Amino acid sequence: MEAILQARDILMIYPNGVVANRGVSLEVERNTIHAVVGENGAGKSTLMKILFGMLQPQEGQILLRGRRVHMRSSHEAIRLGIGMVHQHLMLAQDLTVAENMVLGVEPRWGRLFLDTRQAQQITAGVSREYGLAVPPEKKIKDLPIGVRQRVEILKALYRNAELLILDEPTSVLTPQEAEGFFNTLQELKSHGKTIIFISHKLKEVKRIADRVTVMRDARVITTRAAAELSEHDIAYLMVGREISFERLPPPRAPGETLLSVRGLTFVNEENLRVLGGVSFDVRAGEIVGLAGVEGNGQTELVRILTGLLPATSGTVAIRGQRVNGFSPRRIRQAGAAHIPEDRMEDGAAAEASVQENVIVDRYYQAGFSRGISLLWTAIARHTQELIRRFNILARSPRTPVAALSGGNIQKVVVARELSSDPEVVIASQPTRGIDVGSEEMVHNLLAEARDRGNAIFLTSADLDEILKLSNRILVIYNGELVAHFQDTTRLTGQDLGPYMLGVQKEEAVSGEVRP
Amino acid sequence: MEKFVLKYFNLLRTIIAVLIGIVISVFLVYLVSKDPGFSLQQFLLGPLLSRSRFSNMVEMASPIMMCGLAIAVAFQARQFNVGAEGALYLGAAVGTAFAVSTALPAFLHIPLTLLVAAGVGAAWGMVPGLLKAKWNASELVASLMFNYVAYYLGLYLINFHFRDKKAGYLVSYQLPQSAWLEQFIPDTRMHWGILLSLALAVVVYLFLYHTTTGYEIRMTGYNEKFARFGGINVFKVVVLSQLVMGLLAGIGGMSEVMGIHRRFNWQASPGYGWDGVVVAIIGRNHPLLIIAASFFLAYLRVGGQVLNLMSDVPAEMVTVIQSIIILLITAEAFLAQWRYRITVRQAERQGAPA
Repeated sequence: MEAILQARDILMIYPNGVVANRGVSLEVERNTIHAVVGENGAGKSTLMKILFGMLQPQEGQILLRGRRVHMRSSHEAIRLGIGMVHQHLMLAQDLTVAENMVLGVEPRWGRLFLDTRQAQQITAGVSREYGLAVPPEKKIKDLPIGVRQRVEILKALYRNAELLILDEPTSVLTPQEAEGFFNTLQELKSHGKTIIFISHKLKEVKRIADRVTVMRDARVITTRAAAELSEHDIAYLMVGREISFERLPPPRAPGETLLSVRGLTFVNEENLRVLGGVSFDVRAGEIVGLAGVEGNGQTELVRILTGLLPATSGTVAIRGQRVNGFSPRRIRQAGAAHIPEDRMEDGAAAEASVQENVIVDRYYQAGFSRGISLLWTAIARHTQELIRRFNILARSPRTPVAALSGGNIQKVVVARELSSDPEVVIASQPTRGIDVGSEEMVHNLLAEARDRGNAIFLTSADLDEILKLSNRILVIYNGELVAHFQDTTRLTGQDLGPYMLGVQKEEAVSGEVRP
Repeated sequence: MEKFVLKYFNLLRTIIAVLIGIVISVFLVYLVSKDPGFSLQQFLLGPLLSRSRFSNMVEMASPIMMCGLAIAVAFQARQFNVGAEGALYLGAAVGTAFAVSTALPAFLHIPLTLLVAAGVGAAWGMVPGLLKAKWNASELVASLMFNYVAYYLGLYLINFHFRDKKAGYLVSYQLPQSAWLEQFIPDTRMHWGILLSLALAVVVYLFLYHTTTGYEIRMTGYNEKFARFGGINVFKVVVLSQLVMGLLAGIGGMSEVMGIHRRFNWQASPGYGWDGVVVAIIGRNHPLLIIAASFFLAYLRVGGQVLNLMSDVPAEMVTVIQSIIILLITAEAFLAQWRYRITVRQAERQGAPA
């Protein structure tokens, strides 16, 4: 087979000194689906950005169709027939599909005006050619994520991309949508395209990829035919040691109700009903998982539970004490801890040090301050202890958080939240975008907290995580609970999917437990 | 060597910026002056060579420093309240009014006068803070507008109610001697306010880095959402940081009046509040670096005065030179490529991935 793209001995060092790629070589054969897997921080995304001209490596060469190329920007990459679909889709929300398709290469009417009809014809044409259905006249913001992603792919194809780079394409899709996406990939392959895609999910790599490249610690470990490797082999190569895929052992019988939510509704500023009467309980010693496609009210629900957003109506109680309208601090004092969905937005202050980050919920307590003065020696000692206990890779308590990798930043957040001796833990996307090793550790910590008698409420876009950890599972769709699974032992993602998509729905679902 | 560069990068960059600024000023002086050697000597050494000029520099550094500290507290909370000028002006005006209308022993008169000015400044800084915290009104716009209000209010108070008609020009009554900050070195105007400003720098440093409230201010500045998430009362921080801003600026203005002029004689706003913004930026909002930055700016200013007085280089040129130096210091990207290259070499040498 002929190689369409080769990278040789790439060395890439970021301005902050992080070596992202070291001696990386990659060969992608024409008309194949090539998966690049690895833990977070292994250097996959960096390599893709280099291949797409967004980053320039310090050393190394890139050969396209056997000829050496120097790409100084993504424009040049597009001109050379490379397309990229980013993890966070880069589409103009308020423009239609057709307008997004032709953005930058618009057909004109006269010299100044966009020829809308021709744009729609172009879109329909490309859509037909590749068998990927999209509605040309609809606005992006009105479409589900799966369709948006298709638009991005078509956009690249319209720009004559022969080689498509997809950065974690399935991370935002439901199992059913992912299924459609795999068909899309096959379709593209049958049109002679070459596809590189990054993934964390080993199942789909096995399912769809022809060849697999495993990266670890900024290096390529191996590239093999996918058929030669089992899921287990790939995981082993990624992490460099054995990791468990088992569901965590079931806990003891759950105890008393610690978190109790009744009839919670939320109407946002645009007068849209985001939450419509959500009720559930979480008992001591259990993990209740909330499954759902992102954007169905999970974010708002968690923000209400933690005091960051006022509910329109309904009640939240911790250990029977009503905490609606309480400040985040008082909710914490009532016994709640919160692992936020976005660690850089809510969970950490990047420029501040590790020690400054871990005391944000407790700096005013005895042991960390006396009167108005902070006890830095005690704080440093406490931080050192957390660094050791939670296995955080930080040189010292004074290291700025920005200097840590994503997985380690998440560990800082988790360390703070779980060391506050909480009764209720609200964990939102606790392992999003972190490496397999850190993920395993966070899962074990949550299971330990559960076994200590904490009540844990977990929301995640990662169904495997929900299935692995939860004792009970709730499904949310369009701000309402549509299913409640009391027994999760034989549950699969396929069972949850129809509920997540709103195809199936039970009436008047509540996650309450009756004593 | 390279490790050293990385560690002290910001300091080195500041020094290099200053040196480049000076080289450019040498060049400019050569362009406009008939006797460039003499002019340069006046500019660079002028502030240091005579006792009175050295004293001028130190005196000037004092109010600049207090305003710099004021601005730094607000900026650390990422509140862009630039109302130091207004707080300084109105604080000093009201403080003057208080001092001339009361008769007290010095040990009460001095602290009470300073306290009045501090209180007025604090109230003045707090209002944009409240507007921001309650209605999310831009504190930058509000504080800019408030500077005008403060100026005209202060002017009205002094010119219509506390004007010394015997003085022959527009000034307030002289402060009673019990409200003077004593000048403690003969033949200079160096007064206790200078030591007060140095002490305040240390106090503000301890406040920001060693108290719970300072921690709240800094965390809010780093990431407001994080602060809120962690349970910090962001409303309080937004208001308090701007209140402290005004408080320090008020003291800065009053101590200048009490230590040097002994009457309120500012018919135009003196501009120390703006210098405060400059030194806060140069000192990267760190109280101890602001001490150095204030002396540096005062040195440039006095050098400029000397240059203007003693040579044929016009004052405008001096402002140009000062601006260039400040621009170089504040430009984040300046020399960033240099640091990047060193970082790369270091990372390559270490071998193991970071």
